Amino acid sequence: MIKNILNLGDAALYCDFGQDINREINSYVIKYFNKIQQLKIDSINNITPSYNKLIISFDLKKIKYNDLKNLIEKIQIDKDETLNKKILEIPICCEEPYSLDFYRLEEKLKLSKEQILKNFFNKKYFCYMTGFIAGMPFLGDLDENMRVQRLETPRVKVPKGSIGITEQFANIYTFESPGGWNIIGNTPMKVFDNSKEDKPNLINPGDTVIFKEINKEEYLNYE
Amino acid sequence: MSNNYFKVIRSGINSTFQDKGRSNLYHLGIPFSGAMDTRNYLLANKLVETDLNNPVIEFAYQGPLLKYIGEKISFTITGDVSFKIKSKTSEIDGNCYETYEINNEDEIDILSTNKSVYGYLSLSGKFDVDYQWGSCSTNTKSNIGANNGKKFQNGQIINISKINKNFNKKRINYTNTKIEKIRVIKGTNFNYFSEIAINNFFKKEFKISKLSDRMGTRLEGPKLENINSTNIKSEGLIKGVIQVPGDGNPIIMLSDHGTIGGYPKIGVVISADYDRLVQLPSGSKIKFQQIDLSDAETLFKMYEMETQNLLNQI
Repeated sequence: MIKNILNLGDAALYCDFGQDINREINSYVIKYFNKIQQLKIDSINNITPSYNKLIISFDLKKIKYNDLKNLIEKIQIDKDETLNKKILEIPICCEEPYSLDFYRLEEKLKLSKEQILKNFFNKKYFCYMTGFIAGMPFLGDLDENMRVQRLETPRVKVPKGSIGITEQFANIYTFESPGGWNIIGNTPMKVFDNSKEDKPNLINPGDTVIFKEINKEEYLNYE
Repeated sequence: MSNNYFKVIRSGINSTFQDKGRSNLYHLGIPFSGAMDTRNYLLANKLVETDLNNPVIEFAYQGPLLKYIGEKISFTITGDVSFKIKSKTSEIDGNCYETYEINNEDEIDILSTNKSVYGYLSLSGKFDVDYQWGSCSTNTKSNIGANNGKKFQNGQIINISKINKNFNKKRINYTNTKIEKIRVIKGTNFNYFSEIAINNFFKKEFKISKLSDRMGTRLEGPKLENINSTNIKSEGLIKGVIQVPGDGNPIIMLSDHGTIGGYPKIGVVISADYDRLVQLPSGSKIKFQQIDLSDAETLFKMYEMETQNLLNQI
C-alpha cells in the first residue's frame, strides 16, 4: 500500500510503498499502476512503476499537485486480486563472444563457470519493472552467492541482447546502450519490438522469466 | 518522392523531427521526447498557421542546409538563429519569428544558433513523416519516431504535402531571454548530501559540460559530497530531475532521458524554467536557487500566460 506521497518537482507525485524490495510490495505497485491506468485520468502524462515506488507525472496546465494527490489517495485497490501474469522462456547463449564478463564473474563470485551457469539457469525470475531504455526488464532475484557489484567503469556500448547481472537482479539490454552490468550472455530473441504499437514489450512487470541455455550454433540459427 | 520536398544538402549536428512528444509510455521504458523548447516550437507552428501539434525540424548549434524543390511555400524559424535564404538571384539574411516565401530550387542555410542550443523550422504545409505512439518525435537512442528514429543524413529527401496556398506573411517581435539562475524544488534524496554539498549546490557556479544532449544536461562544478549512499533503488524519473552519481557531478534529465534511474535526486528544475534551461549552450555558467512548490506553480502559470499571449499576438 502507498505509505507516503511527496511531490517530485512541481509536476509529479512520488508514491512510496516502503523501503524493501520484495514481490508483495512490488505487486501493490503494479496493482496501483493498473488501477490508475484504467481510470484514464486526462491530466496524467506518465505513470512509472518500479520496485517500491510509483511516479506519476502530470500536466501542470491541467491540474496541481495537491489536487491530484487527493485524487490518488482516494483510490482503492483489491489487495487479493491476482495479477495477470505470463511465463516466458528466453534463450541465452553464454559462449564467446557473448559472455563478456565471465572471467570477472568467476573471480568475483569465486565459483566455476559450470556452477555459475547452473545457478543462473536453475531459477525462475520475476519481472519487477521495465524501463531505463525501452523494454528493458528488471528481473529478480539472484541467489545470495550470485550477487556482484556493477563494473567499476561502465561500458560505453553494451551489445543489444546482452543479459546483465548485478546485485540480486538480471536485465536484458534491448538496445545497444551504455551500461555497467556484468554481461553473462546474449539472447537472439526480440525483447522489444517497436513495430508493435500495442504491446512492444515482450516482458512486463509481474511476468515470470525462465532462461534457457543455447549453444552458439542454435543462437546463430535462431529465427 | 512527392512533388514538393527538401533535399538535405548538409544535415547539421543534430537535426530531428519533433512535435509535442508522446505520453503514457514511461512504464515501457519509452521517453517523452518532443521539442526541447516548447515555447519556440509552438511559436514556429503558430506563425505558419498549421496545427500546433504538427512536426517541426529541430536543430542544435549548426542546423541543416536544405534545398527546396516544389511549388511556392512559406517557412519560419524560431529561436535565436542565424540563417540565409538563397535563390538564384539573391541571398538574404533571415530573421527569426518572421515567415518567408521560397520557390523551386531555393535554399535555406541554417548557419548556427546564437548563444543558445535549439532552433525550430516549420512550414505552411506538412512534413510527411511516420508516427509512433501518436507522435513523430525522433528518439535517436531507441530509434523511435520519424526518419526511422535517426537524425538527418546528408542527401536525404524530406517530403512535404498539404501546402497552404492562401498563406499571408506573418511576424512577431520576440527576443528570447537568457536564464542564469535555475530555480529548483528540493529532491526526494536531499538528505543524502552533506551540508557542504547543499551549500555548494545553491551558492557555487556550475558549468554546462560538452557532453550534454537531448537526454541530459551534465554539469561541472564543486563535487557534491554524498553522506548516505551514491545509489538508490532504481525508480522512475521525470524531466528536470537532477541526479547526482557517485562522481559528484550533477546531471539534469531532459526530454529523451532514461525512464528509470538509480542515482540520488538532489533537486528538480521547476517547469517554468525548463525551456530556458535547455537553451543554455555548453560552457554556460549557472546557479541554482531553491523555491517551494506553490511559488513554482505560480511561476509556471505566469510563464504559460506569457506563452499564450505571444501565440495570441500572431
